[in-house]
Amino acid sequence: MLWLVFADFIPWNINSFYLLLFLSLHSLFCHQCTGEEIWVDSRTVYIGHKEPPPGAEAYIPQRYPDNRIVSSKYTFWNFIPKNLFEQFRRIANFYFLLIFLVQLIIDTPTSPVTSGLPLFFVITVTAIKQGYEDWLRHKADCSINECPVDVVQQGNVARTQSHKLRVGDIVMVREDETFPCDLIFLSSSRDDGTCYVTTTSLDGESSHKTYYAVPDTMAFKTEQEVDSLHATIECEQPQPDLYKFVGRINIYKDKEEPVSRTLGAENLLLRGATLKNTKHIYAVAVYTGMETKMALNYQSKSQKRSAVEKSMNAFLIVYLCILISKALINTVLKYAWQWLPDRDEPWYNHRTENERQRHVVIRAFTDFLAFMVLFNYIIPVSMYVTVEMQKFLGSYFITWDEEMFDEELGQGAQVNTSDLNEELGQVEYVFTDKTGTLTENNMEFIECCVDGNVYIPHAICNGQILSAASSIDMIDSSPGGYRRYEDLFFRALCLCHTVQVKEEETVDGIKRGIHQGKPTSFYISSSPDEVALVEGMKRLGYTYLRLKDNYMEILNKDDEIERFELLHVLNFDSVRRRMSVIVKSISGEYLLFCKGADSSIFPRVVSGKVEQVKAHVEQNAVEGLRTLCVAYRRLSESEYLEACHYLTEAKLALQDREHRLAQAYDVIERDLVLLGATAVEDRLQEKAADTIESLHKAGIKVWVLTGDKMETAAATCYASKLFRRSTQILELTKKRTKEQSLHDVLFELNRTVIRQRSMSGGFRPWELQRDLSRNMSMILEAHVGIGIMGKEGRQAARNSDYAIPKFKHLKKMLLVHGHYYYIRIAELVQYFFYKNVCFIFPQFLYQFFCGFSQQPLYDTAYLTLYNISFTSLPILLYSLVEQHVTIDALKRDPSLYRDIAKNSLLRWPVFLYWTCLGVFDAVIFFFGAYFLFDNTTFTSNGQMFGNWTFGTLIFTVLVFTVTLKLALDTRHWTWINHFVIWGSLLFYVIFSLLWGGIIWPFLNYQRMYYVFMQMLSSGPAWLSIILLITVSLLPDVIKKVLCRAICPTATERAQVGPL
Amino acid sequence: MLASSYKDEDGHISVSGSGAAAAAGGGSLRNKKPENTAFKQQRLPAWQPILTAGTVLPAFFIIGLIFIPIGIGLYVTSNNIKEIEIDYTGVDMSSPCFNCSQNFSWNSTKSCTCSIPFQLDQPYESNVFMYYGLSNFYQNHRRYVKSRDDSQLNGNEESLRSPSKECEPYARHDNKPIAPCGAIANSMFNDTLELFYNDPNGTKVQVPLTATEIAWWTDKHVKFRNPGGEGSDLAAAFQGTTKPVNWRRPVYELDSDPNNNGFINEDFIVWMRTAALPTFRKLYRIIQRRNNLLPTLPRGNYTLEVVYNYPVRSFEGRKRMILSTISWMGGKNPFLGIAYITVGSICFLLGIVLLIIHHKYGNRNNGADVSH
Repeated sequence: MLWLVFADFIPWNINSFYLLLFLSLHSLFCHQCTGEEIWVDSRTVYIGHKEPPPGAEAYIPQRYPDNRIVSSKYTFWNFIPKNLFEQFRRIANFYFLLIFLVQLIIDTPTSPVTSGLPLFFVITVTAIKQGYEDWLRHKADCSINECPVDVVQQGNVARTQSHKLRVGDIVMVREDETFPCDLIFLSSSRDDGTCYVTTTSLDGESSHKTYYAVPDTMAFKTEQEVDSLHATIECEQPQPDLYKFVGRINIYKDKEEPVSRTLGAENLLLRGATLKNTKHIYAVAVYTGMETKMALNYQSKSQKRSAVEKSMNAFLIVYLCILISKALINTVLKYAWQWLPDRDEPWYNHRTENERQRHVVIRAFTDFLAFMVLFNYIIPVSMYVTVEMQKFLGSYFITWDEEMFDEELGQGAQVNTSDLNEELGQVEYVFTDKTGTLTENNMEFIECCVDGNVYIPHAICNGQILSAASSIDMIDSSPGGYRRYEDLFFRALCLCHTVQVKEEETVDGIKRGIHQGKPTSFYISSSPDEVALVEGMKRLGYTYLRLKDNYMEILNKDDEIERFELLHVLNFDSVRRRMSVIVKSISGEYLLFCKGADSSIFPRVVSGKVEQVKAHVEQNAVEGLRTLCVAYRRLSESEYLEACHYLTEAKLALQDREHRLAQAYDVIERDLVLLGATAVEDRLQEKAADTIESLHKAGIKVWVLTGDKMETAAATCYASKLFRRSTQILELTKKRTKEQSLHDVLFELNRTVIRQRSMSGGFRPWELQRDLSRNMSMILEAHVGIGIMGKEGRQAARNSDYAIPKFKHLKKMLLVHGHYYYIRIAELVQYFFYKNVCFIFPQFLYQFFCGFSQQPLYDTAYLTLYNISFTSLPILLYSLVEQHVTIDALKRDPSLYRDIAKNSLLRWPVFLYWTCLGVFDAVIFFFGAYFLFDNTTFTSNGQMFGNWTFGTLIFTVLVFTVTLKLALDTRHWTWINHFVIWGSLLFYVIFSLLWGGIIWPFLNYQRMYYVFMQMLSSGPAWLSIILLITVSLLPDVIKKVLCRAICPTATERAQVGPL
Repeated sequence: MLASSYKDEDGHISVSGSGAAAAAGGGSLRNKKPENTAFKQQRLPAWQPILTAGTVLPAFFIIGLIFIPIGIGLYVTSNNIKEIEIDYTGVDMSSPCFNCSQNFSWNSTKSCTCSIPFQLDQPYESNVFMYYGLSNFYQNHRRYVKSRDDSQLNGNEESLRSPSKECEPYARHDNKPIAPCGAIANSMFNDTLELFYNDPNGTKVQVPLTATEIAWWTDKHVKFRNPGGEGSDLAAAFQGTTKPVNWRRPVYELDSDPNNNGFINEDFIVWMRTAALPTFRKLYRIIQRRNNLLPTLPRGNYTLEVVYNYPVRSFEGRKRMILSTISWMGGKNPFLGIAYITVGSICFLLGIVLLIIHHKYGNRNNGADVSH
């Protein structure tokens, strides 16, 4: 999936900035690599729905979907059934549904309401939320599907709605409009048949890309002309790769042979991209609606699951086993106990005739199910809701964080998915892109070396560019050197690029004025390096003016305009790691200029001062500068024609075009003459070093992925404190030409790393390199993707799970927010299981004293409301606001992060402790009440209590104990905590008073009538409640105190430490 | 799912998975600085207690110091309570009730009586409470517990005529609804216990037993009501119903006192409050103290006269009669006092252990903190 090469080359186009946080490496390697989709089928598009001339081909009308985008999942009619189906596909919901159905069908100890009500609540809340989200999607779909589109019909422009577009329609798109579907570019308002497009919302690159109209149609300037076009397009069936398109256009002219032209990705305007700097274009729709590349791309976003969720599911399975074994044990014991008929049916307690006639196996099975129902509360229905609410509400703290707000960008942190909050506290590996993530992606031309002589534009002062268009000062380190290459070098840099000149400030591209003081025009490029180079050239006296009618104009040092005809651009790609242009000078010379990574240039160089330049490049690289080598080749007429031939042939190929292009490039770019090298600086972001150091201390391994030269990368790493002086660097430079997944490479590295670790105990970052076009999938594959909202590319920020304005914010994001979320959710999960053990285990014990008859210990209301209201709010609040260590302490001491590494709070021993504590408490509750109740009077008037008082006593102790246990765990008592904890206890008391205070007319039993009040009127009941609560809490307090006293963790030390 | 991350024209995320609102919030956050409130910045003022040996120590000592005296008080109180239990099941051949327990039949109209002599070694001061106790009787069996109709017992006419399904198989008999229906009512305890004091001069004096205030006030006055309202003819109100199968008399003949008859008969109400455990006791009668100078039950010999109706031997049950005095903390129950003393002592001991630990480790930790 990800194509990585690690070696040294310059990534021209890597513009999206993000960090990938991997929790553990091993899980990476089990992913399946999905194969590339292969073009198997083709489609024929009739432009303007015109049939081809009779001779050419049979006209086969084809059916394509309309241009309607459907992102909503439900319609008004199918919402309820489909949503219910979706919800019950979740295993937990299905389980509760089963329990509910069992309760409905058989005679169970508890009424169906006890599980039906919470389930109904959960399902309704989720349905409302999903319904609302879907409604939003409907609205978004609607606004998109109904947005106006200009279609050329019968030579006129007609306005229609986007969803009415059909394949074959000719569309007119104006400046700053978004393409309504995937289009083949026919003609443009620009004379050269190009248009500029930003694909920000597709791949995050905000730079302007140039697209080319089909050469034969670019002359059509009016609707009528365009409408007169008679052509068909053959192209592949839709596939999601944004950068691949293969097709052919056949243009029929009157009584002439049809003309065939190949179409490539440069002709295909993608839905979602925006037209820039071009008044209008005409294009024909080839892929519509759900078949557009954008739609295909968004279909494969997989759900990420956090480590906490995995632990939670594991715990659930354990509890399910406990539940089943409890039910089994009780069923078996029941039948063993009932062996005597006088126990089974004593004279005072007969079965009904129906029951008696039932077969014993059926009875046993029903009993088993009844026990399941009785104990089913051990699996907390409300846990899922609480966890989701915690995640959803908790994520607001990230967006609210003022410290993560960047004034410059005017943005704070963003949360795109709240499912992974706690995962921020579990990060083990940070994979960061260097350019734009660690660095500012604000390139600055520093110096160049021509033929061994160094040139520095002196106008750079403290990183600020002074107005220096006219004053150039060259510092020549070797005076007297012959400067035969100087002119060529500067021209090479002025010509060999894909920079566009943008007049006026209308877009948020790279902004830098060409003219002195007045920012009236800008250079725009997909690569900031190129902009820096062209600007550097400007400061050295050579100004690139524009590309006009295929002529590039340069204002040279002597203020003369030089014109070069641009013949071919051999675009950059990550395999070659270089780009070239072929130009023809006024004098008729054919020149090939090539620039690229040193490793890709030097082998192809035949002459020039290679050694000197090489030395200089190395030196620059050590200083952390990004280096490029420049070379040229003079082509003879015949050589040029040969090159032309190669290129055209390759470009026209329908299949295997890329491979053939690469071969052609390889043949053309050889026998170069080295001109020199350039150095561009990309400064580190502020506090990047501090952040990386903190992450290191936190035990996070930081990997920097970069395409820079080894030395540049190393220098950056030193500067960012990723490497220390003592770090011994193991260089691992390999060249890989075939596609390989990130997983393979990481796997290989992982082994190396393990070896390395055993040797030195240290862990080193590695330079990796990845294919430039696959940014998004990388973010999607990480456990947590954090995007950095750089100057460009907001897409990375959007596709990520979280987005932060600057790299430095990562520190707070992980060390503070991540840490908090983790401890909060860990406590939430453990506590939920604990409180349900406390809740259900007494019921289990009670079965031994009620003849295994499934008699519930607690009243139905208590069974239902225990998880919903009596004990839900305190833990929810705890999981939202708890701060076991202060924010400042977490920031001051990053090593605290190690305390929670590797899911430490949710590991089996911890889980076992909580479960044992729960069982212990349950035993205390039950037997405490048992011995107190045993055959004695509880009141001062001699009256006796019944089984419901017994249950209520246990329940009261239970509610108080679990709430106070949480209070003991709470370390951050804000007024809200006080309010919720004491409030929920008070609520329990008030509810009980009310529940028992009235004869409820709608109930068919009044068993709780005055039970709670009678209990409170008894002195011994008060005393035993206090006693039992104390005893239940004692072990946990002792454990806490002893652990803290004998072997305190770093966190515990930080708690008592000076604040 | 396409839906999860569909982008609209402006490139803003319109909806995204479960964090939709958060994402949308983030999207519109542009140029909007988060509010600097203590809550949003998670900087609310907070009390931050830590459970260290030092802070917990005093709590332990205080708990110890409070619990031990309470425990001693409870224990002493419990010990001062006088209680006697007499098993009159008649399992042994030698037992006076042996014959009665052997010749049991629900249909016999002739009641079997037996009398058991017993001795009180100490005089029972103040009110004495008389209980009957049953063992191995599962009043908390689920089938049994639910086998009642609270609506019928509350005087609802409709439920009287058609008892709840829960009462099955004790809902109807001879095509007539049973009142009161259900297994609990059907198995109501129907032994009659009478107490005689054998005066040293040889006369047998019956000890007066009161049957009022043995049930909860709320049960007697609110939860249980006769059909037909106050003062009406009970027999008429229960017209068309039949007595529970095991009963000898219909419900409207339980007592001659109209305020203690029908559903509001206190013995009935007491029985209807199902016990929590298979061995239980229920309040039967109260022996009111009459004379401030004399003990309620003086020392001496007594006879318990039992009209033996209630069969328990089929399920190996036991029947007991219990006489007990009551303190503010109820009946005799040494467990609570012992538990309090134990927990108090444990806390006290732990306090001492923690004190040692605090001295031993506390300094070390502080040292570590300083070096840290």
